[in-house]
Amino acid sequence: MQPFANKAAAPSDDRRWKLVDATMRKHGHEPSALIESLHTVQESFGYLDEIGLRYVAQSLRVPYSKVYGVSTFYHFFTLKPQGEHTCVVCTGTACYIKGAQRLLDTVDDSLGIKAGETTADGKVSLLTARCVGSCGVAPAVVFDGQVAGKVTPDSVSQWLGKWTKPIEARVMVEQ
Amino acid sequence: MNLEELKQIAEAERESVAPLEHTVRVCVAASCLSSKSDQVTAALESEVKAHGLEHKCKVKGVGCMGLCAAGPLVEVHGEQSTMYQSVTAEDASAIIGSLGKEPVERLVLPTAQPFFSQQKKIVLENSGIIDPERIEDYIAAGGYEALVTALTTMTPHEVIDEVKKSGLRGRGGAGYPTGLKWSTVQKAASEDGKYVICNADEGDPGAFMDRSVLESDPHRVLEGMAIGAYAVGANKGYIYVRAEYPLAVKRLRNAIRQAERLGLLGNDICDTRFGLRIEIRLGAGAFVCGEETALIASIEGNRGQPRPRPPYPAQSGLWGRPTLINNVETYANIAPIIRNGGEWFAGIGTQKSKGTKVFALAGRVNNTGLIEVPMGITLRDIVFKLGGGIPEGRKFKAVQTGGPSGGCVPEQYLDMPVDYESLAAVGSIMGSGGMIVMDETSCMVDVAKFFMDFCRTESCGKCIPCRVGTGHIHNLLSKIADGEADAGDLEMLERLCDMVRHTSLCGLGQSAPNPVSSTLRYFRDEYHEHIEHKHCGAGTCMTHKAVGAGA
Amino acid sequence: MKKQVQIKTLQIEGRDVSATGEQTILQVALENGIQIPRLCYVEGLSQFGACRMCLVEIKGSNKLLPACVTQVEEGMEVKVHSERLDSYRKLVLELLFSERNHICSVCVVNGHCELQTLAMHLGIDHISMPYLHPKVGVDASHPRFTLDHNRCILCTRCVRVCSEIEGAHTWDVMGRGMEARIIADLNEPWGSSESCTSCGKCVHVCPTGALFEKGKSVAEMSKRKQFLPYLTLMRETRQ
Repeated sequence: MQPFANKAAAPSDDRRWKLVDATMRKHGHEPSALIESLHTVQESFGYLDEIGLRYVAQSLRVPYSKVYGVSTFYHFFTLKPQGEHTCVVCTGTACYIKGAQRLLDTVDDSLGIKAGETTADGKVSLLTARCVGSCGVAPAVVFDGQVAGKVTPDSVSQWLGKWTKPIEARVMVEQ
Repeated sequence: MNLEELKQIAEAERESVAPLEHTVRVCVAASCLSSKSDQVTAALESEVKAHGLEHKCKVKGVGCMGLCAAGPLVEVHGEQSTMYQSVTAEDASAIIGSLGKEPVERLVLPTAQPFFSQQKKIVLENSGIIDPERIEDYIAAGGYEALVTALTTMTPHEVIDEVKKSGLRGRGGAGYPTGLKWSTVQKAASEDGKYVICNADEGDPGAFMDRSVLESDPHRVLEGMAIGAYAVGANKGYIYVRAEYPLAVKRLRNAIRQAERLGLLGNDICDTRFGLRIEIRLGAGAFVCGEETALIASIEGNRGQPRPRPPYPAQSGLWGRPTLINNVETYANIAPIIRNGGEWFAGIGTQKSKGTKVFALAGRVNNTGLIEVPMGITLRDIVFKLGGGIPEGRKFKAVQTGGPSGGCVPEQYLDMPVDYESLAAVGSIMGSGGMIVMDETSCMVDVAKFFMDFCRTESCGKCIPCRVGTGHIHNLLSKIADGEADAGDLEMLERLCDMVRHTSLCGLGQSAPNPVSSTLRYFRDEYHEHIEHKHCGAGTCMTHKAVGAGA
Repeated sequence: MKKQVQIKTLQIEGRDVSATGEQTILQVALENGIQIPRLCYVEGLSQFGACRMCLVEIKGSNKLLPACVTQVEEGMEVKVHSERLDSYRKLVLELLFSERNHICSVCVVNGHCELQTLAMHLGIDHISMPYLHPKVGVDASHPRFTLDHNRCILCTRCVRVCSEIEGAHTWDVMGRGMEARIIADLNEPWGSSESCTSCGKCVHVCPTGALFEKGKSVAEMSKRKQFLPYLTLMRETRQ
């Protein structure tokens, strides 16, 4: 095993690796480009998987354990694949005061997931953010990258409804 | 690029808008954008076309106008100015139809109210007026004049002197004298170069001042950084922006490109030997990276763990070299100081706290949004005049300032002048500018618990007191909130807070106990109520418990 | 031209001592036989400044400074022990005991443990806050050594010795706050690590029984750190 001897080859022909290469090249393949490169991997692939971590480690000549340490230190990075849709509820002070907890409860009630979890069918992930800077329109929620302000439990339900098929009611077959 | 050429660009820009009778400004900063203000812009533009008014009326996307609660905001600027609130795309035809005639009554937002009239805008002077994506607009408003003046007619020492004269103090929270910091970095010897860094990590929940400036007037920050770099002798700059601000990142990248194209950034700026390259570095969701040594560790590609200070970044910072690191708002004050002189700035504010401060007003207050006021204004004015008071006729309880490092200021201090010293005297801090207003529905034990939970999950884990101490303090606060604590727990709470404050490695740990001590100081009775009577006056805690024993 | 070596004089615990310009308070104290409590500091590795055991009081300042990273100044008056300092040290150490599962009676370094020794010196026989009892594991996949997370205090000596002295950088820290853990490579079992050279340096600098040699029973593991300053010296002379 020679992880650092030659320039690492991209893990596959997937064109998204070219985006990662571009970021690393822009920063001169310096070890300090680690965080920027991880951002590109996550943006392109949706999360940081082992292949991505190894490739970045080899290309930037950063030890594997350091790459892992950095990926898990920052909450923006995720090592797990996200659901098809993400719902990020802001839990900053202003949003907390304006009832962010109720919004989290709404998602829990409808889909049975808590913050950091994804529904079993992989459709929706619920995340929290410490503050998205939209305190003037608290409570704020980011639905699939779009910031929404003054969010109510009803509007959360609407978004969830759009994303998931309605759960069919069980019909008791009468004998 | 010299002053003459700059003035030409400004002139050209002004001439291009001279024939216009009306400019319709639509806020396209994050909060209004989230309420679809981009659709409003599009609708207004198509209405202008439909009425054949393109040569007389321009629709322009601008930055934050401050009153986020009433967004999306639109300002029609002509012979008279009218501000409209909660504008939707459907209102476009009414607004365009009303140009030169009576304004659309149902949408009008009266600007003759304290929220607007009592502000004094320096940092926000261009926000809501210029297009943040056009450098020409910034130049037409006097932008980059200060940089050109500094580079071509002042020495670095003279620049630092102006900043010292102004009395500007770091706006990130600590309030360290900016001129002194610049002077220290300037004096530091370095054969390998120096750096300037802009701290745009704005991690305080409830604070969005920096975000607003970056989205509404990004060139202002670049200009301030460039002047700073010139003053201290740095040729490389980094802006560390948190990843949660993608719009700010986009506008900054755009602004840097535009400035480079005009020769206002890059090599040999204004045909002098001074050059500055600015790069953007993204944060990735770590509040601790707002601490300067942790931020530096992050730029170096490491985990954002702080380093013991001394040595300070001014001596040994990024890659061990002298580094000037200042907050967004601090840099945003520099260009006006150079343009108008340090004395002008020192004429505003109080004796020890000069200039203005941008506050993000949020929570239980009618007018949530951004305000910029002179230092020394009273809390009462902020909350009840500019803020419009407490909604639903509720009673004021406290203002939380300084985020998780700050404290709660109760009713008896409403007439206190807001400045660094006064806030510190009552057990809080100025912080970055977040102000959360609370009414009787907020339980202070719950507030302390909320902030401690935040510190606990944001703790980097390096030093023992913060890593483990915040966890135990949070557990104790939860016990108290749940009505399961006793007097011994309160004693332990205070002991742990004292130890964490004095033994933690960095500011996060050192100030984590502040919300607890502050609420204990002014709302101790609430703690006792939870402990002795197992009751929460605000009705927030213990809601799961059945009413009445044995029910 | 060789730089002039600056000599500074200061007082530590009332004793007059002298130091060369760049030395830290801890270095000068140890040179003069004055003990300052420490856990994350090891001679020969970079300073971490995280355990806060070496915090000292400097006359004229109300800030407590870590002796391991603070450079001496001319005329400094340093206090190592005081009621305040010792009570803080105790409380911080108690926090450490509460954080993970430190059970001396079944531990391989019982009697040879730096954490245990420090606790005894400070007179700790119980802790004043609840034990957190987290569920953390043991990695016994390596043929010669074992990592027991229950005994780890996150001092990062293992990380630093592997990175700075051996050069393999097998260990690092994942996560943050109390969720932080020592990991090898991409959080793989130690035995599957591609970078580990099995040199054993990490085992011998570890202050507790978190890292130990297989085949040792209770109280049988004693660590030998003496190799470290020797290695550092050899490498410096070679440069």
